[in-house]
Amino acid sequence: MDGPAPRHTQRVRVTASRRSASTARRLPVASALAEQTGVGELYLQGLLRAQLRLTAAVTAAVAAMLAGIPLLFALVPATRELHVGPLPLPWVVLGVLIYPAIVAMAAFFARRTEQTERRFAAFVTEAEKEER
Amino acid sequence: MTAPLSAAAVAVVCVVTLGLSLFALRFTRRTSDFYVAGRTVSAGRNAAAIGGEYLSAASFLGVAGLIYDQGVDALWYPIGYTVGYLVLLILVAAPLRRSGAYTLPDFAEGRLGSRPLRHLCTVLVVLIGWLYLVPQFQGAGFTLRLVTGAPGWVGGFVVVVVVVLAVAAGGMRSITLVQAVQYWLKLTALAVPAGMILGAWWASQGPAPVVAEAWAQPFTGRAPDEHHLYRTFSLIVGLALGTTGLPHVVVRYYTNPDGLAARRTTVRVLALLGLFYVFTIVYGVLGRAYLPVLGEGQRADTVVLRLPDVVFGAPGSEVLTAALVGGAFAAFMSTSSGLAVAVTGVLNQDLVRPLLARVTHGDHSEVSGFRFATVVAVVVPYAVSRFFPEVPLAAFVTLAFVIAASTFFPLLALGVWWPRLSVQGAAAGLATGAVLAIGALVATGLIGQDRGWAAALLAHPAAWTVPTALLTAVGVSLATPHGIPAGARRTLVRLHTPEEVVVARRAEGSGTGAVRHPV
Repeated sequence: MDGPAPRHTQRVRVTASRRSASTARRLPVASALAEQTGVGELYLQGLLRAQLRLTAAVTAAVAAMLAGIPLLFALVPATRELHVGPLPLPWVVLGVLIYPAIVAMAAFFARRTEQTERRFAAFVTEAEKEER
Repeated sequence: MTAPLSAAAVAVVCVVTLGLSLFALRFTRRTSDFYVAGRTVSAGRNAAAIGGEYLSAASFLGVAGLIYDQGVDALWYPIGYTVGYLVLLILVAAPLRRSGAYTLPDFAEGRLGSRPLRHLCTVLVVLIGWLYLVPQFQGAGFTLRLVTGAPGWVGGFVVVVVVVLAVAAGGMRSITLVQAVQYWLKLTALAVPAGMILGAWWASQGPAPVVAEAWAQPFTGRAPDEHHLYRTFSLIVGLALGTTGLPHVVVRYYTNPDGLAARRTTVRVLALLGLFYVFTIVYGVLGRAYLPVLGEGQRADTVVLRLPDVVFGAPGSEVLTAALVGGAFAAFMSTSSGLAVAVTGVLNQDLVRPLLARVTHGDHSEVSGFRFATVVAVVVPYAVSRFFPEVPLAAFVTLAFVIAASTFFPLLALGVWWPRLSVQGAAAGLATGAVLAIGALVATGLIGQDRGWAAALLAHPAAWTVPTALLTAVGVSLATPHGIPAGARRTLVRLHTPEEVVVARRAEGSGTGAVRHPV
């Protein structure tokens, strides 16, 4: 790149430089992920399993909530007549309280799954640096 | 009732919707803008847009109507509508966004690489979308009839015209802006009158709600042989899992910039939906206080619109009624336009574009095909809505939820998490779910009876159709390992790999590969 800069009065055909040929070897982990080598498989299975565990746990919590409340009201009739101050308990739970609970579960899931992904991303980047 | 002001409110909502569409049209440049807003919509606006699109006639009028009618047991409807987004978040939100497809058929083809499967999905998307559109038009019809005395066909026709113009003109980009505005419009239109009615009731020591025990207490409203607990469970299953498979909901996810944003958006959506539904309860409960009995032929769905008049009397209530009518029309239009975009997208890609290409030998513009498809997508369900018997709105959209839960939910859940899903398995799952769910719902309409297990199972089929469809997909997939697409594992990698990794790779890759200008 030394010397006087050329003047661009004409259109110039732009092509890839030869340096790109070495890219693949530089990123073994990330490319292993896509190319399904044994190592990539292992990394991904770890990520998938962690995410699936979290998904299964939160799904179970949601299912327990959605199955538990009707079961409670159906099987323990006394709970239908409880009151919170002047308001009947079933209305307070089903009409209002359940929504913050849903949002809380969602926020918890979003935070945890982001953490998992960040850890994975950091791990992949770290592994790449070590390989170089 | 309050004809001039309410008619003006409807006109204002129509003009705002069209105005925003045309305003946004100036920013619509490429085909991807048309379908998915070029995929650059911020999380906050996208959440409001999702909320705006999702809160339909069934939410704005139908939920309050059902609460008025059935009491505490109807509270499961809004809970189900909301939990649907939680399930969507947990199971598919981020991977769905990363799949990079535009529509459900795109996802199916991208994940499983099969054209026939794609066509099967197209048929189901159009069916579910149309089924969901019918109650929107019916709601518009009876709303306008109630407040202005216009014939029943006018309300739906107004919605059809505005939606076709808005969608055909601006596509998805304009719709995103319109929907976001319409969420806040709807919330205000519902919350402000609710607050005033509640305040008036409180201040004047208004009448107590006139209710039976069956209305106020859960699981007391039905005879034992109606199997109330099962019906509730099945309703929850259908609504919670159905949201994931609704075409207009899924299309929305492609407008998030990445998987992370898709998740954050969903958390906000849940908060926005919960906020909205809490206000609908005011109308259901105070409706019982002020309107103990509805007259002959008056739908419970109209309670929201009738309440201000009863509480405040003629002169003062007109403004509130007009606000509610405007909000209701915002609901009809936003949901209809979302559905219209979704149905139009698949109709255009799978039907209109190939057809036009054959007829004109490739000599047609992409946009004219999109516009033609929009008209088809909206006019057909409008015609159906004129003949279809009127059912409570919230119950009507539940049919669409049940079919979506029985078909697309298994496809998406397995497609995102299970590498061994085969083409045959996916197709068998879709077909089984569709046949069982539609069959059960049609049978319910024909039988028209409430007692016994058979009636309960047919009226609320989700609890058995969804597991059956899932198991069919899994079983057939295991039996046909040769049908697993070659790149299945690689596709799953892409769906679950965080963007940071992909982006880092791409940046590195192109960084070394790109030619720097020798200056």
